[in-house]
Amino acid sequence: MSFLTINNLSAHIGKRKILRDVSLSVQAGEVCGLVGESGAGKSMIGKAVLGTLPRAIIATGGEIILDGENLQDLTPTQRRQVIGAKTALIPQDPLTALNPSRRVGAQITNRLVDILGWSKSAAQHRALDLLGEVQINDPERVMLCYPHELSGGMRQRLLIAAAFAAEPRLIIADEPTTALDVTVQKQILRLIKEMQNRYGTALLFVTHDLGVVAKVCQSLLVLYEGMVLERTTVQDFFTGPLHPYSRALLETTPKYTDPTGSLTPIPPQILDAVRAEIVAYDQAHAHV
Amino acid sequence: MAEARAKITRPIGLRLWLSAGWLIALVLTTLLAPVLAPQDPLAQDLFTSRLPPFWIDGSEPGYPLGSDSLGRDVLSRMMYGGRVALSVALIAGTLTCLLGASLGLIAGYFRGWPDIIISRLVDIWMAFPPVLFAILLIAVLGTGLTSIIIAIVVIDWTRFARVVRAEAIGQGAMDYVASAQVAGHRRFGIMVQEILPNVLPTICVLLTLEMGIAVIVEAILSFVNLSISTDQPTWGGMISEGRLSIHQAWWVLVFPLIILFLTVLSFSQLGEGLKDRFDPVLK
Amino acid sequence: MSETVYEIRDLRLSFKDLAHKPIFGPAPEIEVLKGLSFDIAKGDVVGVVGGSGSGKSTLGRAMIRLLEPSAGSIRFQGRDITHLDEESLRPLRRKFQMIFQDPMSSLNPRRTVFAIIAAPLRLHGFDQISNRVETALDMVGLPRDFKLRYPHELSGGQRQRIGIARAIATEPEFILADEIVSGLDVSSQAHVLNLLEQLVRDLGLTLAFISHDLSVIRRLCQHTIVLYQGEIVETQQTAELFANPTHSYTRELIDAIPLPNLDQPWV
Repeated sequence: MSFLTINNLSAHIGKRKILRDVSLSVQAGEVCGLVGESGAGKSMIGKAVLGTLPRAIIATGGEIILDGENLQDLTPTQRRQVIGAKTALIPQDPLTALNPSRRVGAQITNRLVDILGWSKSAAQHRALDLLGEVQINDPERVMLCYPHELSGGMRQRLLIAAAFAAEPRLIIADEPTTALDVTVQKQILRLIKEMQNRYGTALLFVTHDLGVVAKVCQSLLVLYEGMVLERTTVQDFFTGPLHPYSRALLETTPKYTDPTGSLTPIPPQILDAVRAEIVAYDQAHAHV
Repeated sequence: MAEARAKITRPIGLRLWLSAGWLIALVLTTLLAPVLAPQDPLAQDLFTSRLPPFWIDGSEPGYPLGSDSLGRDVLSRMMYGGRVALSVALIAGTLTCLLGASLGLIAGYFRGWPDIIISRLVDIWMAFPPVLFAILLIAVLGTGLTSIIIAIVVIDWTRFARVVRAEAIGQGAMDYVASAQVAGHRRFGIMVQEILPNVLPTICVLLTLEMGIAVIVEAILSFVNLSISTDQPTWGGMISEGRLSIHQAWWVLVFPLIILFLTVLSFSQLGEGLKDRFDPVLK
Repeated sequence: MSETVYEIRDLRLSFKDLAHKPIFGPAPEIEVLKGLSFDIAKGDVVGVVGGSGSGKSTLGRAMIRLLEPSAGSIRFQGRDITHLDEESLRPLRRKFQMIFQDPMSSLNPRRTVFAIIAAPLRLHGFDQISNRVETALDMVGLPRDFKLRYPHELSGGQRQRIGIARAIATEPEFILADEIVSGLDVSSQAHVLNLLEQLVRDLGLTLAFISHDLSVIRRLCQHTIVLYQGEIVETQQTAELFANPTHSYTRELIDAIPLPNLDQPWV
């Protein structure tokens, strides 16, 4: 049974549509990638699940079913409790995601103590264990550090530890390695994959990098301006994507193994065709 | 692909129109006071003392908002009092802004010794309690319009300096400033051409805020009779006098108070309204 | 033998570590560039690659004299610019330009596109500024009426192109591109890089391209310099670097790149 099911989710801000009828399902323990250019709406899907959509964005239609419960049917308080207990976020920017005036250890234990009602000592223990799991040497010392005293890679490890702290069933990873340099990215991706395996957590992985998708995900969705263009397994995608836009995206991604071939921009005809699809969708749904 | 920008409708135009409208009306009225005022503001006449405003029984045609204990017309006095308030607001506000913003800009952009000196100066200056400082200055300089203006400038320039300095530091770290340096622009030119336009919206808001503060300071000083010479009507002076006859003639206190409130409010909203209207980034 | 645009010898740069300054006495110095030496020939496209903390951005800024080296020498077109003061540097500045990483902060948000591109032209006393601005916009493939727009009205890719237009407007001979596509998605990235390639060809530019993305460098640059913690660990023709990396760090960088295919043995 799928852990997360999204059916026909749409969203708009003013007159602009952000999401157009997005549907997806993620099985327990599965890693699903959300791929697309900036503005495609991939982050917004994650935010819709977590309930952190900016106030100006209005989600209409569709349903989000988390572990069998339809989030729309719950009261806001219940929703927050369910989301808090079962999901977590690994954010994009490790620097701004941490409170600069608090020690990092406190930021991990906080969630466990304040929201899940753990005792302080239990939370401390768990935090130390977690820091070990994310391969931070000298966890006692690191717990007492402030964010600015740690490197970007360390901070991201910390955020991963924080995300797995309450053993969530679903984690939304919002471009977690975009701000990191390439060698650190490899370590972090490995780490995420290990933790995900160990805890059996489902993962919704937002990224614009197809290389990352190939290494981490089992299934993926390709988005363009809020519309799902392709929804398939990673196996099928890399052997032969169906949608011409997906194919073009694959072509544009630079590969050092094929220097002369890559870096071709997406052909305008394909973009026109996609936009025509979007226009057609908008017209068909104009009455809504 | 363009970024999502929330188009939250807000009554930008309304705020600007109302505040600017009030202030323009005020300026015109006070300028044309000799023509518009129904009475001579200084004329005392015991036969017309404590007349109520026009909508209450017992009022007289030449005194639309009533008169005070000495028979002086409230409306006329408010118009003339407005001259004092506005002069102080405009002159003191502008001078404070020029001094404070310049120092803040220099400190924030150039850093180094200029910043060290100016920042220490600001810190020391702000250690003085402002109200006491004001009274002290007036005691030394004597009463009068010039003294009040000097007092306000001397005390309040730090408000601008601090904020503008912080903004200048922030902007100075931006790549477009580095780009100007790479192009070869002189530092002073960069400060004026690149940094200043980006700090101007804040300065604008602070300037109008300062004008509102200047009006209040003048009102406080005139309330305690430390403002201009006691003949001339001032809003603070009227409020002070009005207190004494509040039970017999409430209008002497209430009307100047309302005018004061509306004027200060308009100043603060004007700045915000101008910023909203003219800042290209917010369009 | 083509003429050398840059000759860098034993370049060193240190910063004061103000976070660890004792109460009395000077702050300790952190050496960011530890003795770099290399040449850049005219018409070359050189990639400078390294992780965070490698010093690649600092190197770039030292080369265009946004920073002053602590030791060593930088010669630009034969002239020693290592410790030149601003007055003497100014006339030279139109010959070397820079394009910045962050499309948000590299353009003054309160000036029009026209003013942004025209500023360096005015400074260096060019004539026919209006024409030159329009030509620059043409060359980067943007419509001429963009000159009246403000940066926040444009997308990231378009803003980067304005940054390029600004850099080429003064007809420089050398351009430093500091991670200019790191914040862009693949499609915009492709557009910007293709544009850059074409301009290098058409205008006979020499380009130093700083990036952490080796895949892009593979495509764009003929030579590559690999930096690690302030030192050059390898400098080589790009194709050769990928085929036979000699330094372990280079190998580590290459291995870390996630390729968009399922054959690469990895995680």
